[in-house]
Amino acid sequence: MVSTVRHPDPVGATGVKKLGAYSGAAGSHELITKIILYALLIIGAMIALTPMLWMLSASVMPTGEASAYPPRFFPSAVTFSHYGELFTRLNLGRYLFNSAFIALTVTGVSLVINSMAGYAFAKLRFRGRDRTFRLLSLGLVLPVQVAMLPLFLLMKNLHLVNTYWGVIIPGMSSIFGIFLIRQYALSIPDDMLDAARIDGASELRIYWEVVVPGILPILATLAIWTFLATWNDFMWPLIVLSDESHYTLPVALANLSGEHVQDTELMMAGSVLTVIPVLAVFLFLQRYYIQGVMAGSVKG
Amino acid sequence: MSATIPGAHIPSGVGKAAWLFLAPALLLIFVFFFLPVLASLVLSVTDFDIYAIANPPTTRFVGLRNYSKLLQTPEFWQALRNTFYFALVGGPLTIALSLATALLLNNKLVRFKGFFRTIYFIPFVTTLVAVSIVWRYLYHTKYGLFNYGLGFFGIGPIDWLGDPNWAMPSIILMSVWKNFGYNMLIFIAGLQAIPSELYDAAEIDGAGPARRFFNITLPLLGPTLLFVGVITMIGYFQLFAEPYVMTQGGPLRATTSVVLLMYEEGFRWWRMGYAAAIAFVLFIVILIATLIQFRLQKDRT
Repeated sequence: MVSTVRHPDPVGATGVKKLGAYSGAAGSHELITKIILYALLIIGAMIALTPMLWMLSASVMPTGEASAYPPRFFPSAVTFSHYGELFTRLNLGRYLFNSAFIALTVTGVSLVINSMAGYAFAKLRFRGRDRTFRLLSLGLVLPVQVAMLPLFLLMKNLHLVNTYWGVIIPGMSSIFGIFLIRQYALSIPDDMLDAARIDGASELRIYWEVVVPGILPILATLAIWTFLATWNDFMWPLIVLSDESHYTLPVALANLSGEHVQDTELMMAGSVLTVIPVLAVFLFLQRYYIQGVMAGSVKG
Repeated sequence: MSATIPGAHIPSGVGKAAWLFLAPALLLIFVFFFLPVLASLVLSVTDFDIYAIANPPTTRFVGLRNYSKLLQTPEFWQALRNTFYFALVGGPLTIALSLATALLLNNKLVRFKGFFRTIYFIPFVTTLVAVSIVWRYLYHTKYGLFNYGLGFFGIGPIDWLGDPNWAMPSIILMSVWKNFGYNMLIFIAGLQAIPSELYDAAEIDGAGPARRFFNITLPLLGPTLLFVGVITMIGYFQLFAEPYVMTQGGPLRATTSVVLLMYEEGFRWWRMGYAAAIAFVLFIVILIATLIQFRLQKDRT
């Protein structure tokens, strides 16, 4: 029906005449629209990038240059001394290691745990499945902060306060991750799984050899999501890590920014080092990430 | 073979296997999330404090005293007001900018969509603590780029983070910048799901861009709008790192949020029973805000 409206006279003379008149008048109109669109897009891009570019630029300015009037956007001379100071005097290498270890461990472990659970919810029939799933979905509206006070006491009793595991363990499974995997795993054909079962494959082998290869794209999405979220996380690591040697980068940075509030260039170098790993992960793997966010959100 | 009939040939092992697959996830979520949430409710009716951490049996049941004390404390009402200010002004602003950029990027005339989309998304993936520190310097009254830029327009220096009236708007501005890219992506997905025939038909009927937006785009974007509204609101009610890093809740507590208050009471002063009550009020606020949005959505359709 719609197509008949769209093409009232596909080959007739009136259509051709209309088209000719249309493109002539619309040509300049279209150009103006285009210019406005791109102007807006470029202004938007500048707004999005300026803070990041200034951070990068200030991090290589000579000491004091980022706190001067009038403010500079570009350094008068490039120096990496602030980066050097961070690694030699301020132990940044340690925090970088802590952050990387925690984020990679959480990502690796949670991928296995969440994908097994998501697959089970999507494809395995068992008693109590729907009830369990509904119970789990209640957790999505609970803000994590509500759990933090007792969680701290629990961690204290388990002697996990001020250890990597105090941060890692609560991150090893996430309701969001299970939902994301389940949604995607629903599209695995049952025939494939049943065929493997008839061949005598164990459930674990089916998961590993049929399911995992089938859900690789969403695993990539979840891996990136988990890595970014864990790396950027602040509140829980701040609470559970009390000793400086265990700090993650965001916690260390927040701590440093209190002591070194005057050292603008130093703080910018620290911010660059904190941001670069997540930015690199995003830029290299954005294809999987963006597709996953768009697909997951619309269905979810 | 019976295997082709769904459910007819499921080996009895499947149910057992399913629970084995679920066990690690369910155990972790139960022990480290659901159990603490329930414990939080219990904690909120006790006087658990710094002495109780060393010697738990000294804890006493106090009924709803924490809650009644909370409701009589001006600092709590201020934190609640600040959080509402942030969520009710920052949320809609973020969503409006997200939708505007999504519409821009969805325009047929625009090329390099992927390039712009990536750039707009960059603030969202960056570390919140790091960008909060960067913005703290950008907001500097004397040396910051903001006041320098405004100076060209003859606008006098603004004490962004030092003036109680400007501190929250400053945090809102940064949050809009940081978060709009995520919602934008979801809006783009929603816009792409709208059949283009509808727009073509409307154009032929003589509907201008504004009418096409209000009669086609907005109604068909309803579910996406609800999703974005709910997740943005839930996220914004949990405001914490921005004021912690940029203003320490000041000046004059103008940026102390509910979560920041909970953190201070619970983990700085170790009044954990009292802090648990704050956490529960936050939960109730978020729950009500979510239900209101679902209601609004239902009324509209």
